[in-house]
Amino acid sequence: MQPHSFDYVRPQTLAKAIQVLRENGNRAKVLAGGQSLIPVLKLRLANPRVLVDINDLPGLAFIEERGDRLRIGALSRHRDFEQSKLIRAKYPIFSDVASVLGDPQVRNLGTIGGALAHADPASDWGTALLALEAELIARGPTGARTIPIDRFFKDPFTTALRSSELLTEIRVPRSKSGDGGAYLKLKRKTGDFATIGVAVQLGLDAKRNVAGVRIGLAAVGPTPIRATGAEKALVGRKAGPTAFADAAKLASEEGHPSSDLRGSEEYKRAMIEVFTRRALETATARAGR
Amino acid sequence: MATKRKKASPKRKRIRTENGTHTITVAVNGRTFTRAVEPRVLLVDFIRDELRLTGTHIGCDTSHCGACTVLVDGHAVKSCTMLAVQADGRKITTIEGLSEHGRLHPIQEAFKAHHGLQCGFCTPGVVLAALELLQVENAPSEDRIRTAISGNICRCTGYSSIVDSVAAAGEMMRPGKG
Amino acid sequence: MAQTTKVFGQSVLRKEDDRFLTGRGNFVADMLPPGTVFAKFVRSPYAHARIRSINTAKARRLPGVLDVLTSQDMKDQVGDIITAWAIPNANLKTPAYPPLAREVVRYAGEAVAVVVAESPFIAENARDLVEVEYDPLPVVTDVETATKPGRAPLHGDAPDNVAFKWILAGGDVDKVFQEADVVVSQRFVNQRLQPTAMEPRAAIAQFEPGTRELTLHVTSQNPFVHRLVLSIVLKYPEHLIHVIAPDVGGGFGSKIPVYPWEAIVCHLAMRLGRPVKWVEDRMENYVATTHGRDHVQYVDLAAKKDGTILGIRARVLANMGAYLSTAAPGIPTILFGFMVGGCYAIQAGRVEVTGVFTNTTPVDAYRGAGRPEALFLLERMVDILARKLKKDPADIRRKNFIPADKFPYPTAMGLTYDSGNYPGTLEKALDKVGYEKLRKEQAEGRRKGKLMGIGLSTYVEICGLGPSAVVTSTGFAGGLWGASTVRLHPTGKATVYTGGHPHGQGEETTFAQIVGEELGIPVADIEVVHGDTKLTPYGQGTYGSRTTPVEGGSIALSARKVRDKARKIAAHLLEAREEDLEFADGKFVVKGSPKAAKTIQEIAWAAYMAGNMPKGVEPVLDATTFYDPTNFVFPFGCHICVVDVDRETGQVKIRRYVAVDDVGNQINPMIVEGQVHGGVLQGLAQAMLEQSVYDENGNLLTNSLIEYLVPTALEAPRIETDSTVTPSPHNPLGVKGVGETGTIASSQAYVNAVCDAVGVDHIDMPVTAEKVWRVLHPK
Repeated sequence: MQPHSFDYVRPQTLAKAIQVLRENGNRAKVLAGGQSLIPVLKLRLANPRVLVDINDLPGLAFIEERGDRLRIGALSRHRDFEQSKLIRAKYPIFSDVASVLGDPQVRNLGTIGGALAHADPASDWGTALLALEAELIARGPTGARTIPIDRFFKDPFTTALRSSELLTEIRVPRSKSGDGGAYLKLKRKTGDFATIGVAVQLGLDAKRNVAGVRIGLAAVGPTPIRATGAEKALVGRKAGPTAFADAAKLASEEGHPSSDLRGSEEYKRAMIEVFTRRALETATARAGR
Repeated sequence: MATKRKKASPKRKRIRTENGTHTITVAVNGRTFTRAVEPRVLLVDFIRDELRLTGTHIGCDTSHCGACTVLVDGHAVKSCTMLAVQADGRKITTIEGLSEHGRLHPIQEAFKAHHGLQCGFCTPGVVLAALELLQVENAPSEDRIRTAISGNICRCTGYSSIVDSVAAAGEMMRPGKG
Repeated sequence: MAQTTKVFGQSVLRKEDDRFLTGRGNFVADMLPPGTVFAKFVRSPYAHARIRSINTAKARRLPGVLDVLTSQDMKDQVGDIITAWAIPNANLKTPAYPPLAREVVRYAGEAVAVVVAESPFIAENARDLVEVEYDPLPVVTDVETATKPGRAPLHGDAPDNVAFKWILAGGDVDKVFQEADVVVSQRFVNQRLQPTAMEPRAAIAQFEPGTRELTLHVTSQNPFVHRLVLSIVLKYPEHLIHVIAPDVGGGFGSKIPVYPWEAIVCHLAMRLGRPVKWVEDRMENYVATTHGRDHVQYVDLAAKKDGTILGIRARVLANMGAYLSTAAPGIPTILFGFMVGGCYAIQAGRVEVTGVFTNTTPVDAYRGAGRPEALFLLERMVDILARKLKKDPADIRRKNFIPADKFPYPTAMGLTYDSGNYPGTLEKALDKVGYEKLRKEQAEGRRKGKLMGIGLSTYVEICGLGPSAVVTSTGFAGGLWGASTVRLHPTGKATVYTGGHPHGQGEETTFAQIVGEELGIPVADIEVVHGDTKLTPYGQGTYGSRTTPVEGGSIALSARKVRDKARKIAAHLLEAREEDLEFADGKFVVKGSPKAAKTIQEIAWAAYMAGNMPKGVEPVLDATTFYDPTNFVFPFGCHICVVDVDRETGQVKIRRYVAVDDVGNQINPMIVEGQVHGGVLQGLAQAMLEQSVYDENGNLLTNSLIEYLVPTALEAPRIETDSTVTPSPHNPLGVKGVGETGTIASSQAYVNAVCDAVGVDHIDMPVTAEKVWRVLHPK
């Protein structure tokens, strides 16, 4: 099917982009990779007045460590994470996400910022960034603001971004010794949304106790959530099968996975338990302690 | 679409005309075209309807099948999930651009030698997706090949012969060969 | 230099490939005649409803819209769609199948109006402006509910939604079940599938008022069937309809039927005087192109405790959808019931099939068309029996096979299998997969909690449709003979005109190989023409794995006629007797006088010049044959699937897939292997992933590739193939069909493997991870 008609602008500066967004309110849609937006337009599920193509905006595609943060430009493509040596070496959870997201063509164009702003309940990036305690930088008419990831997802396809704001950067704590993360996705086939997904980011102290942990769950409700009960049960405990089993059980009780074509609630909860345990094991192995 | 963005090239002056169209300049298979297009027009429809290059096919509505895959600045892209206006200033390779002066590209020879196609409808997309892989790796593992074409659905071959074709193409494209 | 002419049996590279690899295929959607306008269909969102009103005024007013039509506007010009397989003795109901809905819509996706506009974009916008008011009626989508009393029936003719009741029986079924030591019973769901050829369907109709000729380019597997049916539906003279199916991007049965939209596009072209083009998108394809399978089957198998199978009973409910499509009634009956005995010497069988109307997309042939449904239930029952008797599934099969020396074999169900060697393919497959070693590994692994499974599938299937007397006696509206003309041009090049219409199967190459072999002409000098009703003799098209045995058989006979005629001319020119000539490498040579020779090219020229012809022999080397086979052909084989199951998640990984098939003589082993690969994956896809799902309102939830799961390269296993060769004794080339064998064998190989791994009688397809998990983790 073909989209309705719309206007199209391709601003060369961030200021111009924000101006267009402000002028058009929610009649404007941001076009980054287009891998979520264009299918929606083709099915005529949305009818924007203007598309704001941000692909020419300078300085929005980067993956680098600076200070105490890993900083990621919102226009970084999924495949940039597959190819980045820094990511593969120190932040493999990002590689985990990139490798299970979409397919190669989608990964060539799709962006992390676009995926986050799209806010699918099964969002792989959203779930991983929840575990990573990310901060999202949004720029609008009144300047920049920082949105903690815990307050970013509101509802399916709805975020804390205002209609005149652009997501420009994602920041996560810089990896330190004893840190490990993993993202595991259960899906029916390549390119499918998650049946369930589990992201784990933990830090172990020298004695292999869990100093800190965050667990994100995908496709268990209107937005990705944290398994806070499981997190609390893990902190201070020695990383190992008993602790992981307890935490996994608690994680399986969180959220509200629905029974649908991807599986029954019962199965999804059972898989959250399995995948949480496996993600904890992988993250611990990567923590190298 | 590399991480580092180049500045917009001076050739790319998207002119918004009075009736809502934009003038774009696109290099397709080495030839430059300047056309006025409405923003809503998908790249695949521009290629097929405006440029009459019908080797790029449409097989679905939801960006899954990959039959519309072309190379944009060397990267495999589903042209049904890109607007023509986004292609302004870019270099596009469609299936028609692979063979030169009637001589098949090694990947085309390999697909023929290994029966990598049957009905031919998915073939242009598969070939270009595989070509992106072979441009960076000419001895990919089976798993790497299957991943590279995992955005292309084929209903006829069962994929084994496509994998063999791509592996053979890689061999043919190694330096010192052909 | 002597050219090799032993091309039969060689993996000659495909002549088709060059155009497809360079993007120069000619698919219907690629065509754009000058002046073309575009049609889009307004389709019902309701599965069952009365149409209260259709308001086309707003749509008509949109600039660029030429017309908006409903059924009323074409009621005198476009008749109802007909079914071409009216099975007898089944109380078959054939309710009206209107091209555009009249008064009532019966499935979500049924067309109620058509818009024609200057561009597809305008047509889509206009489609959105057509206002239809519906009064919903009760909806039924599954076969078991549809026949219960109290449902709103779809058709007045069939108040209980029963389209037919068909029974086939052989032997004394009651007796064997009484005498059996053991009876195993199982309910199977052979789930509804969406064929998903990669090319969506399309049609372009043009009408030339000067000649009154209607030309239709259409994505069809059988252009002559389209021409014949359209002449009836459009009430238009058959000889003035020209149907061309150019390159077609896969069919798998879904491009056999004549669809309402194809007839309507023809009518629009005649009405508007401009070429009318319609291209479906994938969502439209999923609701409006025929679906496949959709059986509920209750099966009993009677056996002795030593594993001898005595008899089989199957009671089947087959979903027809809302209307009877072109071949629909014969698929779950004729092509299903006769094969339920499979490879085994079963002496008694009874099959009862009830066809049921439901508010769903019409169902018709899909790769295998009835045979996968039969072989799946049989091979699953054999494994269930093996489990019950604690016997090796390979041993049970060996025990029950029809022996290799008993062919041609008359089956209890009424067929005669032409040739077979079932133990041959079984043993070869077992050897190739390392069966004994795998069973050992399985036993040891079980002690450690590992779940590995081995699934056997031995099959025989009926294809090469078919002997005309037989098929027409089953109600099929046409003989299924093969038609060909082999024509040598003055310069010795050849054109083969065939009634088949390959759409991926490679006959442009293999048919050239046949003629190349018979006449000693290089394959490069032979062109194969198909898919055009003006060019070829009347051809019944490509489906039912008939193209190679039947159309190819016809070509062999035509080529032999040409050779026989050439021999006469050669003898005359060489002043020798025919029996003194040897023919090899494209040359007739007088025995003992190597210089006294004529090439076939020289004969072709001489026959064109016709100045010196033997008495009674007509000019030109040209022969036509309508070949009516005396029997179907029965390819067979053994497939083995090995799987490993993740106990925690139920996920299944295919470790190995081995296919050993016997399709008789092989013209081109590379192409044969390709057909096996593709067929196997489609059968595996049914077993692992695919399923059409309707909600309680009759909406197809799996209406896109998001939810209808088709495998990518990452879901597909490596498929290992091998073969034996047991020629068909009655076929001119000794060949059988291969296009569907993979699909007929593979689903049950997979399910048998998974059931073997987790130790359960049965899991319905698609065998999702959750279903496996539930077996392993019961509440």
